[in-house]
Amino acid sequence: MKSAYDYVKTARSNDRQTGLDYITHIFKGFIELHGDRRFADDPSVVGGLAWLDDTPFTVIAIERGRDTKSRIKRNFGMAHPEGYRKALRLMRQAEKFNRPVVCFVDTCGAYPGVGAEERGQGQAIAENIMEMTALRVPILSILVGEGGSGGALALAVANEVWMLENATYSVIAPESCANILWRDPEKAPEAAESLRLTAQDNYELGVVERIISEKGGDAQRLFASLAADILSWYMKMKAYTPEELAEMRYRRFRQLGVPKAP
Amino acid sequence: MALEAFFKKPKNELEKGGRLPKIKPETAQYELCEKCPDCGSEIPLSALWENMHQCRCGHCFRMNARERIRLLADKDTFTELYGDMQSADILNFPGYKNKLESTRTSARELEAVICGEARIGGYPCALFVMDPYFMMGSMGTVVGEKITLLFEYAIDRRLPVLGCTVSGGARMQEGILSLMQMAKTSGAVKKHSDAGLLYIALLTDPTTGGVTASFAMQGDIILAEPGATIGFAGQRLVEQTTRKKLPAGFQKAETVLEHGFLDMIVPRPEQKRVITALLALHRPEGENHEVGV
Ligand SMILES: [Zn+2]
Repeated sequence: MKSAYDYVKTARSNDRQTGLDYITHIFKGFIELHGDRRFADDPSVVGGLAWLDDTPFTVIAIERGRDTKSRIKRNFGMAHPEGYRKALRLMRQAEKFNRPVVCFVDTCGAYPGVGAEERGQGQAIAENIMEMTALRVPILSILVGEGGSGGALALAVANEVWMLENATYSVIAPESCANILWRDPEKAPEAAESLRLTAQDNYELGVVERIISEKGGDAQRLFASLAADILSWYMKMKAYTPEELAEMRYRRFRQLGVPKAP
Repeated sequence: MALEAFFKKPKNELEKGGRLPKIKPETAQYELCEKCPDCGSEIPLSALWENMHQCRCGHCFRMNARERIRLLADKDTFTELYGDMQSADILNFPGYKNKLESTRTSARELEAVICGEARIGGYPCALFVMDPYFMMGSMGTVVGEKITLLFEYAIDRRLPVLGCTVSGGARMQEGILSLMQMAKTSGAVKKHSDAGLLYIALLTDPTTGGVTASFAMQGDIILAEPGATIGFAGQRLVEQTTRKKLPAGFQKAETVLEHGFLDMIVPRPEQKRVITALLALHRPEGENHEVGV
């Protein structure tokens, strides 16, 4: 049987499709839009406009790169505050033009760097999370690889959150958890087990609505089925008013981790 | 004056280690001291208690939540809310159950945040105060729920919220459900904000991780204590990742202010006055409280 830590290794594997693959294979006519209008353009976060069927979507993805050169350019999918601010700018734009938003999440976490901290990594994530709870258009977030902590949540406060069968979603990397709790990064497999970070765990805990089959690794079939699923999700969301969409999203997160009465 | 005398007293014998006899402060000739990490003064505990746990050089020692409430709320006005909620080991996480039990005993609190309603300088407000002595103020489901309930309470009664943060981040022993508390609390802050109500955050040492990346940074007005560490990523992780020595003042409140992420740094003796002034500036129209600080 595949252990939780095996899932972590699969999620991080370099053979997997990355954020941009999902955008370009699922959507048509992708036009990338750059920059946060504050400081810079963060290549770790890719966003823009694209068509699905005959509906314009705002699409956003964390991109970790496919080869050494692009991985360095994309900072291995570890976003700076500018990446989160770009994403929020595009989501507000989506709200203005009444477009649905789809986010593809794949990051080991927000970048822990000096510049990132000085320019408000925590503030950028906090603002995304807060604004996303009330955005007046439908949001769908799909965890396609590693879902690392706050850096992943900053693009995952959605009406529905889906996970690919080999994706993970965790409050902390199992290595860091093992290091903090047991001062032994070698105990990462035990930590991975305890953290309940697999798609199945997240589904059982009510954190995601759906587990997406990876079709035995057949990427083309995965893209085709995701395209159909996203479209039918959007058809369902179209029935709601902007206020209802925001309220449903608030309720979705409001009921997570409500302690049982003693 | 008495305080000055205490500071000038030479290093006392008890600091040399060995068994420490129990002595009542009022009869004690010598007493336990705490060393200030900023100026090196040895400060007797009783002097610390008398001076809001602040060194005369301005260094703020950590303070438990109840003491902070005593410092900020008007006398006998604090009513606690949700005080009986306590965390359970929802994921069967190794060691968590014991950790919770031992922490409840040592911190003499049931959770890492205390919520309630109080008056500050005569102005009514909802108040949450995190506790550094309860698992370093880590946010699990109960902390998230209590803070969310408090914002909802404040929306219903049209009250401002004052939140004092101290936290190592999300509580990993509750896994992904801890992470979700960032979204849950942020949703409640947003609703409170959209209702036109004031939220003042007071960031104390340390405010990091998932708390920084949610309600600590969402205040209309964000205050901080002098010298507080405020950041998202842990400093060791930043050092390991960048393989560089951290710049002086990295993640210190003074630097964070310089970069534009705080409204002001407020020394402890000034906090109540500043918060009262801010509450006065935001008092509901037509209301005229008798204000006495
Ligand atoms: Zn000092």
